[in-house]
Amino acid sequence: MQRILILGAGTAGTMAANLLRKELSDTYEITIVDEDEIHYYQPGFLFLPFGTYEPSDVMRTTREFLHKGIRYINESVLELSPADDIVKLGDGTVLEYDHLIIATGTHPTPSATPGLESDEYGKTVHDFYTFDGAIALKDALDKFTEGRLVVNLIEMPIKCPVAPLEFTFLAEARFTDLGIRDKVEIVYVTPMSNVFTKPVASEHLGDMFDRRGIKLEPDFYLERVDAEGKKLISYDEREVSYDLLVTVPINMGASFVGKAGIGDELNHVKVDPLNFQSAEFPNIFALGDAANLPASKAGSVAHFAMDTFIPNFANYLMGQPMTHEFDGHANCYIETGHEKALLIDFNYKTQPLRGKYPVPGIGPFSLLEESGVNHLGKLAFRWMYWHLLLPGRHMPVSSEMSMAGKEVVVE
Amino acid sequence: MPLAAIADREVSVDAEGFMTEYDEWDEALAPKLAENIGLGVLTEDHWKVIHFLRSDFAENGETPTLRRVATVGAIPTKELFGLFPKKPARKMAYVAGLPKPVGCI
Repeated sequence: MQRILILGAGTAGTMAANLLRKELSDTYEITIVDEDEIHYYQPGFLFLPFGTYEPSDVMRTTREFLHKGIRYINESVLELSPADDIVKLGDGTVLEYDHLIIATGTHPTPSATPGLESDEYGKTVHDFYTFDGAIALKDALDKFTEGRLVVNLIEMPIKCPVAPLEFTFLAEARFTDLGIRDKVEIVYVTPMSNVFTKPVASEHLGDMFDRRGIKLEPDFYLERVDAEGKKLISYDEREVSYDLLVTVPINMGASFVGKAGIGDELNHVKVDPLNFQSAEFPNIFALGDAANLPASKAGSVAHFAMDTFIPNFANYLMGQPMTHEFDGHANCYIETGHEKALLIDFNYKTQPLRGKYPVPGIGPFSLLEESGVNHLGKLAFRWMYWHLLLPGRHMPVSSEMSMAGKEVVVE
Repeated sequence: MPLAAIADREVSVDAEGFMTEYDEWDEALAPKLAENIGLGVLTEDHWKVIHFLRSDFAENGETPTLRRVATVGAIPTKELFGLFPKKPARKMAYVAGLPKPVGCI
């Protein structure tokens, strides 16, 4: 009997557990550990502050998605000793493994920014990347009728890197619908030099902020928050004041990753971007947001990665070379307000381009273009997530990025 | 890829002038690149950053972030803003001949 231990039952961990259970014989024992008994549909958090989704829309139990033959332990992970193949859980249990898959994600960490965690958190300072944060922000938005809304992306990388833009667009649309747009100032504060940094996206979408009257504060690298004085202060001593701050805190991987010495400076596990294996400990793999891939931290990346990971991992178990290479494919809907959305499709090497998706020339989705159909696609995805993606059923799209039907640009 | 003349030679650059070929850079280019973006004379502290960026890129294939330079390279972020004012992430990458830091879109 060989023991496969999966840490984290989020999007990547649940998919991996289910697909491996299908792929492998009973001589492999699969155990998955997660401290949260609730499985959240994280892309849905964006819609909670606007009342588009109710809490029940984004919650299921962790257990219900795990296939028969997978042992689930509802406990936190305290410690990993990679040299001894041992994981210690929060209740003191010690688990030995032969093969380890780390899928503990990345998490907003307000404590990593001086002044961000204060009595004002949940009052004038909010986030929407956690369930509790998104719920508290709904109340704050409902009461917000005038003043300065500041959306601050503190530092890259973050999970779902387009969500801060989506939140900004949705907030703008809401204020317009309520007839209070002229009483609200919206400022987007980012460490990047522009809203869009890739050439084609920049060319086609560069005026989205101007058209909506959203102000941009670029190259703003946050040093600290003065929560009492309600202002952001950058390393080069610029100040941005706010009435309502929607922060996107620094994202960090699990602390046991850092302590085990297998992570980067933000506790994301260092692995080969083509096959997710640790160079130092070949029996350790990291999937999804937990890995320090040069790809977007997004559910779609975790999903597309499965098609190469599962056969690779099966080969690895047999002592054979891993022959499949992940291309870094990501595919993300970007809500732009008023029931419209953009869609972007890209990978490690190719920037988001214009075209149709998933059927070249036909769509129905338009890449890098706002459309109502894209918005419907985003809403439909929640159903696909619960019913196809997590259980490991076939999705009607290709996992490898395709150039067919795309407008190619010469770089 | 377009080419640009820097100092006495032609190098490959992107639309914004960031060098795109790791091996086309050498130390003789750095002062000229620094001059292009108004940095003035490169001090020992600048060189410490440039050397860290180059070796880290060689190891990881990615331009390191300000956080990485601070935590792994042990050069505090505040100091980076002093050495490469206003836009340290872009400026230090430019002088070190590395791709500019980008988002996903």
